[in-house]
Amino acid sequence: MKKYDVVMIGGGHNGLVAACYLQRAGLDVLVLEKNDWVGGAATSRELTPGFLYSNCSYVCSLFRPEIMRDLELPKHGLQVIAYEGGAVFTRDGDYIASYRDHDSHRREFARYSKRDAEAYDRYARDVTRQCRFIQPLLMRTAPDPFSFKPRDISELLYLGRKFGEFSAHDMAQTLRFWTMSISDFLDEYFETDVIKAYLALSGIIGTALGPMSPGTAYVLLHHYMGEVDGSVGAWGYARGGMGAVTQALASSFRASGGTIRTGADVARVMTRGGRATGVILANGEEVRGNLVVSNADVKRTFLKLVEEDALPETFIHRVKHFKMRGSSGKLNIALDSLPEFPALPKNSSCIRGDLHFTDSMERMERAYDDWKAGRYSADPFIDMVIPTTLDPTMAPPGKHFMSCFVQYCPPQIEGRDWTDADRDAFADTVVSQIADYSPGFRDRILHMEVRTPREIEAEVGLTEGNIFQGELTFDQLLFNRPVPGYAQYRTPVPGLYLCGSSTHPGGGVMGAPGRNAAAEILRDMKLKPAEMSPAHDVI
Amino acid sequence: MTSSDPARNTASAFDAIVIGGGHNGLTAATLLAQNGRKVVVLETAAAVGGATRGYDIHPGYRSAGLAHIVNRLDPDVAKLLTLDVRTSPGALLPTVALSPDGKHAVLRGAYGETIDGISPDEAKAFAAMRKKLMFQAGILKRFLKRRPPEIGKIRLNDLGAIAGAGLSLITKGREEGRDFLRMLLMNVADVADEYLSDDRLKGLVAFDATLGIHLGPRSPTSLLGLYYRLTGETNDKSATQYVPRGGMGALAPAFEKAATAAGVTIRTGMSVARIIADRGTATGVILASGVQVTAPIIVSAIHPQATFLKLCDSGELDTGFVRAVSNIRSKGNVAKLDLALDRPPAFTGVSPADHRGRLVIARSIAHVENAFNPAKYGEFSPDPVMEITLPSLADPALAPSDGATLSALVEFAPYDLKGGWESGKPAFQKIIIDTLERYAPGLSSSIVASHLLTPVDMETQYSLPGGHWHHGELQADQLLVNRPVNASAGYTTPLAGLYLASAGSHPGGGISGLPGLLAARHILSGGRA
Repeated sequence: MKKYDVVMIGGGHNGLVAACYLQRAGLDVLVLEKNDWVGGAATSRELTPGFLYSNCSYVCSLFRPEIMRDLELPKHGLQVIAYEGGAVFTRDGDYIASYRDHDSHRREFARYSKRDAEAYDRYARDVTRQCRFIQPLLMRTAPDPFSFKPRDISELLYLGRKFGEFSAHDMAQTLRFWTMSISDFLDEYFETDVIKAYLALSGIIGTALGPMSPGTAYVLLHHYMGEVDGSVGAWGYARGGMGAVTQALASSFRASGGTIRTGADVARVMTRGGRATGVILANGEEVRGNLVVSNADVKRTFLKLVEEDALPETFIHRVKHFKMRGSSGKLNIALDSLPEFPALPKNSSCIRGDLHFTDSMERMERAYDDWKAGRYSADPFIDMVIPTTLDPTMAPPGKHFMSCFVQYCPPQIEGRDWTDADRDAFADTVVSQIADYSPGFRDRILHMEVRTPREIEAEVGLTEGNIFQGELTFDQLLFNRPVPGYAQYRTPVPGLYLCGSSTHPGGGVMGAPGRNAAAEILRDMKLKPAEMSPAHDVI
Repeated sequence: MTSSDPARNTASAFDAIVIGGGHNGLTAATLLAQNGRKVVVLETAAAVGGATRGYDIHPGYRSAGLAHIVNRLDPDVAKLLTLDVRTSPGALLPTVALSPDGKHAVLRGAYGETIDGISPDEAKAFAAMRKKLMFQAGILKRFLKRRPPEIGKIRLNDLGAIAGAGLSLITKGREEGRDFLRMLLMNVADVADEYLSDDRLKGLVAFDATLGIHLGPRSPTSLLGLYYRLTGETNDKSATQYVPRGGMGALAPAFEKAATAAGVTIRTGMSVARIIADRGTATGVILASGVQVTAPIIVSAIHPQATFLKLCDSGELDTGFVRAVSNIRSKGNVAKLDLALDRPPAFTGVSPADHRGRLVIARSIAHVENAFNPAKYGEFSPDPVMEITLPSLADPALAPSDGATLSALVEFAPYDLKGGWESGKPAFQKIIIDTLERYAPGLSSSIVASHLLTPVDMETQYSLPGGHWHHGELQADQLLVNRPVNASAGYTTPLAGLYLASAGSHPGGGISGLPGLLAARHILSGGRA
């Protein structure tokens, strides 16, 4: 039986990123994926003839450009098309647009408030400054503040020195920013509710928190620090859907000699003498490897795949209390024709960007109150995009694919499991919301896929349907992610590593956890990585 | 204006002017005077004492002020007072976590050293949580009794404090240290859920963590509020609570007496209209009457927003600073209900002795969270949470001999109530009294008079902007180096000679006296402490 150097559990984007780096460093890597396709939560699937659905993640921006370069993803077919901006529809029949063009953006804000248009420059400057604080942390392993290893100490000193270059004022601002709610943060700049509601969305997407919860200003960064083609803060569509990201990774991986097996569902991690020696598939087949790397989330890995008695008690306690807490659902819709939004001017570029219907902070927060009570939001927050307006490859000519990300949607409904009837009622709530702003919308629907946390967990394997593989709250960031003392991709089981979004720096289609995990594995194997761009050295 | 105009006479007989005669202002004044400074305290109201100033509820019935229990009077501040507030440990008051079925949990000693009415398993679980939180609060406490460190300019003694904290973490073992950094900014609900299963105890800690703060128990960082309570020290013991001999009404006179004894001049009924500043240096104040008082040191012990936005000439402050001060979040969420009763109330299932303690209505975490939700939208809680004391039991002078008074701090009552408090007040008051009636049947028929203070009332009657008793939200982003704002943390201000000393400064509110004490120490050290 063949023994691999590395067996990767799961072919999501982080698993593939890690696999690519490891294969390129000369290791023999096997990726095992339970589905019949790779990609995890970054996939394009043809669920109805002629239409490609980005049926989980749907927009691209956070993916680290260094990784794209290292793994030659453009050569393997990845192309990201930036979009112009978006709009929020207001209940009174108006809208507010956002544009990537700075002057247009200001003019649009000024339509509501001159003061807010002035404040926008200050806001953008301050948020960009905060991004500069976090960016250098993304591609570095978080140092353990309670380790006396020279490497942790020197890394702490290095970061301390780097941050010491900032002014005292900037550092004090950062302390505030990391602990503020997005609502309070926006209140410091803007007076118009709809402008705040528009800007607040980045603080809550994927998060089981409301815009008034402390810590959501930080989540904003996770959506703000991305870039498309060097344009920081821009968002775009991957041509051919989000599956294009993972297809390019898979292609790059295969090109360097790696092996992918789909339809291979891992049931257990094998250990001998406490050390990981491979995996057992659901069909009983054993696959041996010198190292096992899990792209699955920390709960799935340690509560399902590893014998509990092989793990330290405090570790397993922490894993059990790790917060996943799914908060979102998704509607993927095939449309017969482009929907009309009478509020928008004719030929507005906004239709090609992200569209929302939540025009006040109160509505957004109340949607969260529903989630806290264990219900899906009666007045949901929807992040809607129609990628086919810029990427015609995803639908037949004249027809369109629409992705609706919906918050909030709990992993259980009033304490019990979801039923199909619940799911359909949830979908109807969302479609009604859209139809209120787009007459005839229902008639354009050719096919629709509805995903609650139940469906997301069942297909992608994300526990509780949490898209970040774990909440992005302080107790689960940096050296605390996923478990204090085990934040450097290693686990209590020698030979077993984690590389998914449960690890630092967390979720989003970023690739950084996979890259960082590969760096640690290569360090343990005393191998030099081939073409691994260094982390940001310049803040 | 002529020089013979008596109202324009300049009096410069003082070394220091303290604006505001609240307990922090009096503490600062006392310490300065004890160190040989000539100090005058200028107080707008007719009496000093600030939030500890009492008021009449009804003829014959009186309330001792906004605070109805002492849980964090700093021992060093207590030493300045002539009043013996350091009562014997036996006088520590219990906390009764009220249950609608009359089967309550009673926490005794320092925050539940022992608890009556819970299962042995739950007692063990609570003890484990308490031990963990007390240890972590102890680490934080090192930073509460000293001036906040300056970022980018860490001094040797700051390093000492940080090293000390680090050392006590490490000596407890790596796991304790890791747990500290993990838990520090968590929400109280997740922590309570991790340890406890009894809803009464969970409700109590959720309430204690969020009292006076615009957060629900499921809001991240809400654990900080509980830490803050646990750092409170009385009788040289943390996390305790008591009512001083003579009742809460004895506090204000004690602070005043200590100040007078130290030689402080107290001027009541004197409202400061402006702080005089010229090219970056504060030189005195102008009273509403037009009288000018000068001194090289001016200590403002009133709300930072009132200090900078009302009393200072904006031309003397830069726009970034003014903006930061305007952005301080300071809108109160707590209402205070005082009841005059014709007989002492009887809470079902509470022993006569425990009626002297603190009674808390917070059935569960969900109860507190659901009470908080409406406050986000400017609505009061339809099912509020509250803590209740019976002040006349400790101080019989507050009520006629057969009568009694009841004091309740009730959440959530947002400052900006939709529709305004004028119309909201009767409805909210009825809800509170109906709630009390369920736990103390017959109470409503014994009411002689009731007196509800909303945050708006507190603002007007106590000069507390926003009706916020901490002079600004006690949340992570408004603490330490950012309290009240970074450019004015550590009691200094952009104006030379002007200092801050109110609860709006580090470490925050509660009857502790620490902001006043630390500000005065900083001034006396010539900027070194």
